[in-house]
Amino acid sequence: MAIFVDENTKILVQGITGRDGAFHTEQMVAYGGQVVAGVTPGKGGQEQHGVPVFDAVAEGVAATGANTSVIYVPAPFAADAIFEATLAGIELVVCITEGVPVNDMLKVYDFLQGRSTRLIGPNCPGVITPGKCKVGIIPGTICEPGTVGVVSRSGTLTYEVVQALTDGGLGQSTCVGIGGDPVAGTSFIDCLDAFQRDDATKAVVMIGEIGGDEEERAAAFIAEQMDKPVTAYIAGRAAPPGKRMGHAGAIISGGSGTAAAKIEALEAAGVAVAVLPSDIPGLVSRSGAV
Amino acid sequence: MDIHEYQAKELFAEGGIPILKGEVARTADEAEEIARRTAGPVVVKAQVHTGGRGKAGGVKYCKTPGEARESAEKILGMQIKDHVVQSVLVVEAAEIASEAYVGITHDRATRKALVMVSSEGGVDIEQVAATNPQAILKEPIEPALGLTPGQARRLGFHLYPRQPKLAKAAASILSKLACVFFQHDCTLAEINPLVVTEEGDLIALDAKLSLDDNGLVRHPELEQLRDLAAEDAADAKARDAGLAFHSLEGAVGCVVNGAGLAMSTLDVIEHFGGKAANFLDIGGSSNPEKVLTAMEIILRDPNVRVILFNIFGGITRCDDVARGLVQVFKSTEIGVPVVIRLTGTNEDQAREILGEVDVVTERTMDGVIQRAIELARA
Repeated sequence: MAIFVDENTKILVQGITGRDGAFHTEQMVAYGGQVVAGVTPGKGGQEQHGVPVFDAVAEGVAATGANTSVIYVPAPFAADAIFEATLAGIELVVCITEGVPVNDMLKVYDFLQGRSTRLIGPNCPGVITPGKCKVGIIPGTICEPGTVGVVSRSGTLTYEVVQALTDGGLGQSTCVGIGGDPVAGTSFIDCLDAFQRDDATKAVVMIGEIGGDEEERAAAFIAEQMDKPVTAYIAGRAAPPGKRMGHAGAIISGGSGTAAAKIEALEAAGVAVAVLPSDIPGLVSRSGAV
Repeated sequence: MDIHEYQAKELFAEGGIPILKGEVARTADEAEEIARRTAGPVVVKAQVHTGGRGKAGGVKYCKTPGEARESAEKILGMQIKDHVVQSVLVVEAAEIASEAYVGITHDRATRKALVMVSSEGGVDIEQVAATNPQAILKEPIEPALGLTPGQARRLGFHLYPRQPKLAKAAASILSKLACVFFQHDCTLAEINPLVVTEEGDLIALDAKLSLDDNGLVRHPELEQLRDLAAEDAADAKARDAGLAFHSLEGAVGCVVNGAGLAMSTLDVIEHFGGKAANFLDIGGSSNPEKVLTAMEIILRDPNVRVILFNIFGGITRCDDVARGLVQVFKSTEIGVPVVIRLTGTNEDQAREILGEVDVVTERTMDGVIQRAIELARA
């Protein structure tokens, strides 16, 4: 078991012939996952790294049984790509695209309410279940199969932590990047809940950052609903207020969304919060669960 | 991106929101001329991307064109919270009977746009929320519907109870403000104060719009509203190159890929007793040009005593970063030590490329940061 993606995941790539889409299709195929279809309107009938290309998501789904899509289309078209995948019956949509306008995401979030499709992202590195399936851009080489679930708002910081876990002999059940935008399809709580229910996951690492109150909500969830140990790290202790720190959602505004408030909430919920990313493997080991 | 009041008012006027007649002036001569044309008392208002203009003396009531000239002379060049005033809005004055607040912004918790109105206008909304919360009424906007006429009326009657004419006029302004908010992909649309004049008309006396940077790609016409003169040269250069950059006060210049890792790098620097000179995320896609621009931006800062590279290669290829760095070494006198940690995609090739130049390499993030701090102190 794992969460969100595994050996049964059949991947469809939206924007498969673009620069990023083509490059990462090759990487996902090489990792051994089932990349069954791609979509680029107007390029139906072609192939990309051996994957058949279709003009529409619904066509690709009908022909291949794809159940998961990964989106590499440019930001102004990302919302429409999510609508298209959802309406075509895709169960999991992973949107890698960065720079999606907030107003588009409000519509997307609202549209997805009451539907069974899960959106991860946008502005995220995707999901990987080591040894089984990679959807997105997380480098497969840094992961090892294991029992630590990882969820993060970041990309490269996630890689840093996953590499440290792997180097410390702590493999991962699934790693999920939920993205750095203010409005995202999947929250920390969604992932924590999935990890809590997942037999393959024995401990969880959560990597948060300044901005919003997702980490505080997650802390309340951990206190009430989880018995698996959670180790956390919050980026942005040294960030100045009022500045967007690279991610659209990473901003301390009006005194709220600070690292200190998040760390306090997590510690109150019994979560071990690492001061340095390099402390994380030690804290996970000390929890005794893995 | 923030735009100025006079620019926001142009967008208000296009959207049918009532404003007072005014023009922008960049010199005292122009201000006097506008006041003369206005024929009547005017208000001269500093155009800066910050609040608290009135308190700082950046807003003046003037009875004559001569007074307008004097006020403009005082206000132009004035510094308000780090912002130098480079233009003023000269606008006809109104006799004010009452002031209210209306604003629309994104609410992260509900994932909806939220309209807020307050019967206390002309003051900071956060202050009203703290001292007199019952003055405030909020309505979330359903993304599929937009602000409904019923919601707009409810908000209007909250501001002007038992005054149907004013309440309906306010409702109409709110509906138009919501259109402006969505049409231009704003993150904030605010009228503070919305005033009732002595004649009983409802007018947007002030206007504030912030635009979603991610929305600008579909509004190229709004890009020209950017005040390049108000922007720091380093910020402008970073933006043009697609780098996320903020200047800070320390001595360790930072080049990092990815926002989370860049934030974490600042934290770890602070943990080990150092201070970063900047936040800089070179982004995902690797490109030697970006490294070049990043170095140029950092080297403008005279406080920088060491440059730290913390690169975790994923999409970013370490060899590209190394190539960019070698180019910088060939073309520029760097003058400060460079310490590097490159790991991930193509790191072996990167190490080979870096053999040509004089840099200190470390294997871990903690190691490279401690080394950078030592060198900054040396």
